[in-house]
Amino acid sequence: MSEERTTMSGFEPTPTPETAPFWDATSRGELAVQFCTACARYYFYPRPQCPNCGSVHVEWRATTGRARLVSYVINYRPLPPFDPRTPLIVALVELAEGPRMMTNIVGVAPDPDHLPLDLELSVTFVAQGAVQLPVFEPAAAAA
Amino acid sequence: MHGGQVAIVGAAETDTIGKRPDISVLGLHAEAARNALRDAGMSIHDVDGIATAGLYPQDISHYLGITPRWLDGTLVGGCSFMLHVRHAAAAIAAGAADVVLITHGESGRSGIGADPWVRNPASINGQFELPYGAQAPYSTFTVPALRFLHDRNMTREHLAHVAVAQRNWAANNPRAARREPLTVDAVLNAPMVAYPFTRDMCCVVTDGGGALVVTSAERAADLPSAGRAVYLLGSGESAEGAVVSQMADPGSFAAFRAAGAEAFATAGITHADVDHLMAYDAFAHLPLYMLEDLGFVGRGESGDFVAAGNTVKGGRLPMNTNGGGLSYTHSGMYGMFAIQEAVRQLRGEAVEQLPDARISFVQGVGMFFAAAGSLVLAREPR
Ligand SMILES: [Zn+2]
Repeated sequence: MSEERTTMSGFEPTPTPETAPFWDATSRGELAVQFCTACARYYFYPRPQCPNCGSVHVEWRATTGRARLVSYVINYRPLPPFDPRTPLIVALVELAEGPRMMTNIVGVAPDPDHLPLDLELSVTFVAQGAVQLPVFEPAAAAA
Repeated sequence: MHGGQVAIVGAAETDTIGKRPDISVLGLHAEAARNALRDAGMSIHDVDGIATAGLYPQDISHYLGITPRWLDGTLVGGCSFMLHVRHAAAAIAAGAADVVLITHGESGRSGIGADPWVRNPASINGQFELPYGAQAPYSTFTVPALRFLHDRNMTREHLAHVAVAQRNWAANNPRAARREPLTVDAVLNAPMVAYPFTRDMCCVVTDGGGALVVTSAERAADLPSAGRAVYLLGSGESAEGAVVSQMADPGSFAAFRAAGAEAFATAGITHADVDHLMAYDAFAHLPLYMLEDLGFVGRGESGDFVAAGNTVKGGRLPMNTNGGGLSYTHSGMYGMFAIQEAVRQLRGEAVEQLPDARISFVQGVGMFFAAAGSLVLAREPR
């Protein structure tokens, strides 16, 4: 299924100077987020100052790529440039390191019976134009 | 600015709402503005302040022939108009404006004269949400709902009850977009848009507009419309994330809690004082979040509160009495219509008129779970 997605039409993000390290990491097959050395917390989305304490003493760190399913919808009406015939699992996940992000769940049927909340997930990557998008699949499937 | 020092003296929607292929976005603003000024017994020459969202305020004032000395183009999504009322009240109290016109118009269905929908792939949204198909409101605003339900032992049936309750209010309203009777089963079995949301749990998409005229209570008393003035007792505004995924708690919106608490505090009222609630419902989960986040019910009680009939005719807290975004209308930024219905109820001019509506609480939401605005409106100043 994840292979199928790589050929699908989609929306390609444009990195900015502040977010480029994130996208550079995904192109290496790594999910990296920022870590604040002042308050010792990870955060997402990329920005030069920590949203928890305001410090600029932040660094990029690779994550384990493990996450859990917090919430989701199964979008039966994707709009262009997405394929309108292919339901998309639009999901909110929480990384083992703490931050949450929007993503897709792949490698599983778009069926609520297969998508219990708190499902253990692991990251994988799909190409979207010039960038590699981090998406997630059930951890059992990845093992 | 609160406590009834400032009043809404003109309030009107466009002549018709729903399908308006005959008129542009700008035309909808102007039609609503003319109707609201007529309602106030005022003319363009009385207005010295202009506020709008989406279009530039100077474009509206010039189109109408108004020379403003105060402008507000605050655009935080569908609750922008709640913020405009609040900002106008502050400006009037400070002497920066005397009469503020607030306009809304959107050709959400017909797209006449509307700006093209441009998505910036370098924005936070464009990099971290849009690539996943979190693009239309129904596949973005809705994402946290399953977590809300799950953590409260609530189900999709609770979402369906919200849709049914609001359809009951819309049934006799000739201006409502959806009026046919609805059951919980019918809502659950309607075409799926984005699981867990079926069609009837999602708002209608319409054309329409509305406008408000706001001035001091002192000036309101001298107008021919004096007996129909509606007073601002309190208000609040707040914001949380730029994107839905960054809500601190997916089951509760921090900006509802903050804006709502400030509105109650500035109004000096308690929940028991509220006769009527307008809870901006782009989707069926939002009134449930609002009931809990504003403190009308406890955590996890919102679903049963609606299912038990507390928000329908004769209920303890009549809510969304025009049918809401789910059944009445939703042009894109619905907040203006929520305020209009609150004003109608307090004036005694609503289609489904409540017997004794003295205080209405209006809660708005904007840009999905990004911003919030709250108003406490009353029939009498305090
Ligand atoms: Zn920090």
